[in-house]
Amino acid sequence: MTATTARTLTGLSSTTADGVGASPRRPDGTLKATGEFAYSSDLWMEDMLWGATLRSPHPHARILGIDITGALKVPGVEAVLTHEDVPGAKRYGLEYRDQPVLAYGKVRYKGEPVAVVAADHPETARRAMERIRVDYEVLEPVGDARRAAHDPHCPLVHDEGGLPVREDYRQSGNRVRHQPIRTGGFTGAAGDTDRERRVLEELREQADAVVAAEYEVGMQDQAFLGPESGMAVPAEDGGVDLYIATQWLHVDQRQIAPALGLPEDKVRLTLAGVGGAFGAREDLSMQIHACMLALHTGKPVKFVYNREESFHGHVHRHPALMRFEHGARADGTLLYATLEIIVDGGAYASATPAVVGVASSLGIGPYEVPNVLVDAYGVYTTNPPCGAMRGFGAVQACFGYESQMDRLAEKLGLDPVELRIRNAMAQGSRIITGQEVDAPLPMAEMLRRARALPMPSERLERADPRTLPGGVSGTTRGEGVVRGVGYGVGLKNLCFSEGFDDYSTARVRLEAVAGEPVALVHTAAAEVGQGLVTVKGQIVRTELGVETVVVHPADTRVGSAGSSSASRQSYMTGGAVRQACAAVRAAVFALARGRGAVPEGTADADLSLTGGNLVSASAGVLAALADLLADGTVVEETREFHHRPTEMLDPTRGQGASHVQFGMCVHRAVVDVDTELGLVRVVALDAVQDVGRVLHPQQLAGQIQGGSTQGLGLALMEEIQVRDGEIVNPSFTDYLIPTILDTPPMRIDVLERPDPHAPYGLRGAGEPPTLSSTPAVVAAVRDATGRALARVPVRPEDILGIER
Amino acid sequence: MRVSFNVNGADVTAEDVWPGESLLYVLRERLGLPGSKNACEQGECGSCTVYFDGVTACACMIAAGQAQGRRVRTVEGLSQGSERGGPRRLDDVQEAFVAAGAVQCGFCTPGLVVQAHDLVERTVGRGGPVPGDAEIREALAGNLCRCTGYGMIVDAVRLAAERRAASGSGA
Repeated sequence: MTATTARTLTGLSSTTADGVGASPRRPDGTLKATGEFAYSSDLWMEDMLWGATLRSPHPHARILGIDITGALKVPGVEAVLTHEDVPGAKRYGLEYRDQPVLAYGKVRYKGEPVAVVAADHPETARRAMERIRVDYEVLEPVGDARRAAHDPHCPLVHDEGGLPVREDYRQSGNRVRHQPIRTGGFTGAAGDTDRERRVLEELREQADAVVAAEYEVGMQDQAFLGPESGMAVPAEDGGVDLYIATQWLHVDQRQIAPALGLPEDKVRLTLAGVGGAFGAREDLSMQIHACMLALHTGKPVKFVYNREESFHGHVHRHPALMRFEHGARADGTLLYATLEIIVDGGAYASATPAVVGVASSLGIGPYEVPNVLVDAYGVYTTNPPCGAMRGFGAVQACFGYESQMDRLAEKLGLDPVELRIRNAMAQGSRIITGQEVDAPLPMAEMLRRARALPMPSERLERADPRTLPGGVSGTTRGEGVVRGVGYGVGLKNLCFSEGFDDYSTARVRLEAVAGEPVALVHTAAAEVGQGLVTVKGQIVRTELGVETVVVHPADTRVGSAGSSSASRQSYMTGGAVRQACAAVRAAVFALARGRGAVPEGTADADLSLTGGNLVSASAGVLAALADLLADGTVVEETREFHHRPTEMLDPTRGQGASHVQFGMCVHRAVVDVDTELGLVRVVALDAVQDVGRVLHPQQLAGQIQGGSTQGLGLALMEEIQVRDGEIVNPSFTDYLIPTILDTPPMRIDVLERPDPHAPYGLRGAGEPPTLSSTPAVVAAVRDATGRALARVPVRPEDILGIER
Repeated sequence: MRVSFNVNGADVTAEDVWPGESLLYVLRERLGLPGSKNACEQGECGSCTVYFDGVTACACMIAAGQAQGRRVRTVEGLSQGSERGGPRRLDDVQEAFVAAGAVQCGFCTPGLVVQAHDLVERTVGRGGPVPGDAEIREALAGNLCRCTGYGMIVDAVRLAAERRAASGSGA
């Protein structure tokens, strides 16, 4: 990796080693490399039972009866539970409680949990499940998202009156949310279809070029490597302790406790090792089931999904149907844009309303467009449930608007990068919701930098077959191979949006241990691989000037940290740790003053904690921290950190400052395409990203390269294929994620233009690369082949122009 | 059934093994060696890679009974424990994975470490040159990673091989 960095350093309060800006090793790295790190699937107790889940074989069916007597007779089986055994609330959900703990009445997707079993061996549990008899009356599946959005005669997935209706989401029929956005000439016509059409016709007449097209994004899977798993241990107080891989301990607790009929303090969660997340662990999987079985049997119960079950056990990225139209002047200046985007939420809402909020507000991308009409719909179907995945609604729209930019450039005879620069947003621009971008957004510069990155070397006449499309299969020696180059840029909101106060809590303790100052940092934030566990230590070192920092395991004994999603943990939990450190620092100053260690007239602003000492800017070292705390004094502070408030989008014109922060990444992809076989090799996938402030250069590069690779996967290979409501490829044999041979070396150019509103000026970094890499790769394939390619993932037959 | 074999230099016996169990299940659930990970159970992801009589293989694809009398080396057998309970001494490959940033969620790491260890042993370990990036990528093509985009994994393997070559030890 080559990193060229435009640094705009803000002042640091300390220069302690391994602080903010350095790349210290991950504190969990060694244990992960030796195999000793305890993931949620590695837990083991002497008397534990294995849990297993019986799932619906139908996408849509009424449950007429469940008979568990045969299963209970299997030797080694200790419990078989159905919806009748759910002690408390029968339904749960992230923000909208529509999902049954265990199905009752009817099942709404293939793979929906119907019953759970606890037994002495996974095979015993499997055999018991074969002996559970469920009588179903099969119903017509609701598989077509467009029909679910618009056809009033479409069967309902959730019966009318079964769920509360959110007026502000414009819920009706199978619509989970409909969010319109109207700006410019469309503002006055909002809601009046005839007037809106007349406005559009007038705009078309003013445009020198109009491009209209439909696009489709397939259902992508997060495909974390560590499947859903965890262990519930019954406690003597009637409660339960759950060791679990999740993205947000407290939102799990908030959903589990009511289902168990227990107060939240009786449901205690500890984060077990998490084998990746990417959004798939935002929703519950086996959490309530394991707790129910543990409380029922009085024994620890462990669940570990296998890969096939994992494909049915978590939500996926929403597939999307999009219709775009853009009109522009001859010089490329955008005049108007319209978008209808329908995202298929599947059987249960999960994060669908929030995904619609992102897909609508960022639906046109980072471009100045004076007249915009957007309608974003999230719908119920009987397809697999969809929810959070890295990029969260912005990924789907980005593939569409970037494809449109390329089409428009071609139609106008303009360079695609120039067209983007001409319409680029910058600080001071307003996105289509009217929200001002009030932090640096150097989009035009980023595009120029991406264009200026060194190109990979030309393909050699006698190239190593491993470097060609088809790779080690040796399907070509270079004949029919054409190179293409493409660009993509994406805009992502960072932190939770639309009025959600996703605060984080941190507790920091400072004491002297064996004559050395030691800090302990305790949060409930989920380390899912991203490296927050490293960053927390860096912040404490920087703020408190101590080298030894112990990171306490994440659990619910400290306040909520919010979710490890929306690229928000460095911002939010980083912000909370920094604030708690500031409180500890102030307490240390007060302590030192009380002991006469600070000269009269010295202001707090002149004091700092550096290198294990209390230091005055004028008088130098005043005291060693270890001496100040030598009498056993413990300084401990807990702080909640909140980002600035945001607003809901209004339900008719979609206006409102709904987002906390914006992030951007620009990609340039270079591909070689075997135009005879439709095979693609990505030769280079280089990125320019502004992160405001780099906290850990090495981990940042890992986020950008990892996110870019997931976008490459969506561009070329990753799709959960659903036929009649059934996932037909629920395995790593049939659902392909990029291997090391599919992934090119990735050059990264990082900019640091601080966000004045954010801790350290940082900007969340995990998601933006996942947006822009997909359209960049597809644009490169278009450049090589001349094909329109309006659907991702691009399949070999799409490249060859073979009708399906 | 009863299965006896050698793991990381020690003779072990697992009792009451159900014939359908894999070597991976026996290692993880019966022998207290959960370092090898179960991510696909189809031999596609490489997370459970172990040495099986000196050759790398996916432990999920080996029936427990096939291990009878064989030698298995897992990720736990690559590092050396200190006798006084201090930190383990890492193998060059493990050390390089941590140093190069090749570890994020880490679920793929044990399998990749074993596979990369094999590559280093087969190349610089036998007096050969440090493998090039194309050779490293080919050797690791059977191991999936979802977090890193692989760049730092290639860096780590190259680093391990270079350190091994510099230390000059041939075995």
